[in-house]
Amino acid sequence: MTSGVDLSRPQAQTVGSDEDVVRVRQLVRTVAVAVKLSLVDQTKVVTAASELARNTLVYGGGGTVEVTAVDNGRRPGITIVFADSGPGIADLELALTDGYTTGGGLGLGLSGARRLVDDFDIQTAPGQGTRITITKWSR
Amino acid sequence: MERVPILKIGDILLVSIQVDMSDQTAVALQEDLAERIVATGCHGVIIDITALDIVDSFVGRMLSTIASISRVLDAETVVVGMRPAVAITLVELGLSLNGIRTALNVERGMELIAAERDHDRHDEFDDGSDVEPTASP
Amino acid sequence: MALSTDESGRLADLLTSRVDRVIQRWTEVVGEQLRGRLSQAELLRQVQELHRALVDALGKGAVDLAAEEATELRAVLAELSRGQARQGFSATETATGVFALKDALLSAMEDDQSTRTLRDYVAFAAMVDQMGLFTFESYVHTREGLIADQAEQLLELSTPVVKLWEGVVAVPLVGTLDSARAQVVMERLLQTLVDTGSPYAIIDITGVPAVDTQVAQHILKTVVAARLMGADCIISGIRPQIAQTIVALGIEFGDIATKASLADALRHVLRLTGVESGRRQSRREA
Repeated sequence: MTSGVDLSRPQAQTVGSDEDVVRVRQLVRTVAVAVKLSLVDQTKVVTAASELARNTLVYGGGGTVEVTAVDNGRRPGITIVFADSGPGIADLELALTDGYTTGGGLGLGLSGARRLVDDFDIQTAPGQGTRITITKWSR
Repeated sequence: MERVPILKIGDILLVSIQVDMSDQTAVALQEDLAERIVATGCHGVIIDITALDIVDSFVGRMLSTIASISRVLDAETVVVGMRPAVAITLVELGLSLNGIRTALNVERGMELIAAERDHDRHDEFDDGSDVEPTASP
Repeated sequence: MALSTDESGRLADLLTSRVDRVIQRWTEVVGEQLRGRLSQAELLRQVQELHRALVDALGKGAVDLAAEEATELRAVLAELSRGQARQGFSATETATGVFALKDALLSAMEDDQSTRTLRDYVAFAAMVDQMGLFTFESYVHTREGLIADQAEQLLELSTPVVKLWEGVVAVPLVGTLDSARAQVVMERLLQTLVDTGSPYAIIDITGVPAVDTQVAQHILKTVVAARLMGADCIISGIRPQIAQTIVALGIEFGDIATKASLADALRHVLRLTGVESGRRQSRREA
């Protein structure tokens, strides 16, 4: 586990290979521990990050992930942004449906990740890439 | 790329996943296991995931695939040692790990496989009749 | 609204030159409010401490409460309101302890007839307001902390997971289950399954007066999570009203084993484990 992560600014990780997805998981875990998420919440946000980072790699053709420790004044949390400049998603509603897949997976990546976090925002259009922002707050 | 070691203990293959697996490592494990089942003629596979702090849909699918492959090769797969936080997350994610048998630890997993083989030997024609109804799909 | 440097200096002067009068009036007003619930000596000590901290801060050049120079003053105020909150004083009583300084200042300034006096008083009063509001905030903060601690203690008390038999653990749930509590109980139950290596868990809800959709969902999710881990859950003690609610809400309990009482549930598990020696109960996930 990487230590000494500077929490005061966003941590970036490029996603270009399988190993990078592992690195994203480790980075998210480190920050989630630092902002004192419960064990279950850590597990949820790391799992969500794993799903979305894999989407960035497989569907977006690679991209970047940015992890930030945040605080809304009441409680701390972790915000993660997944950005790629891939083909984007044409039918968002369909992509967010359980079981829908174009990549031969289980179709739980987007919809499942959304259930695992508190805030989920997605911006995408065909040819415009995809940008997903998720936040998990400490309870 | 790291490879997950596969140990043979009696009639059982034991896989203890200790690393944060990349997707390639997971796929390699799937292939290695199929080969080892055939090569050793083992009838049971125990996959110990005690050390895994997350199981995402990719690893979940790998576990399901391993279970299906080994069933075709006449071996029973049991996944053991799933952490509570991982189980809670999988439920939330919507992953039900179809067709996978689970046990709390390696010891229980071995008992489960032994009982299953025993069961098969004693009444080949009565498989599943006294089993609790399975959950709805 | 900060004081000007001059005003800050004059306030410090006033507080030091008329120290006896200020403190006397200050303790008087607070004393009336608290009506003997704080000893005179303790009251005097608090007022003197506040007085000293305020003079110190102003002496260092603080022009408002947020200033760097007022760090110690803030600490004294926070400590005071923490103490009051713990001892069960009301928020009004706590804040009055600071607001009473206005009265004291007024009485100390009464003799001074110059035109500047009113302007000064208004500026000083604004500073006292800041201090009062800060006290109030600290008070609320402390109380919130107390409530959170108590809620946690209550949770600890009300959610025991007990080992019932070799390989069987039980959670007797008592009282209203809200979503947060249900979640904690369920996490603890799953952890106990691992720690004790028990493949069976009984969730007894005899003591639960009502179940809503969310709580029912939590219980269901726990049962599914336990299965993923290789353990079976049995739910016992479902009361008639709860059974009706469950059906009315359209919650599907599926193939989850339910028993009328904890005793029935234990009997059920023991029968299963008895059978297990010959034919292992299959836990095939669906």
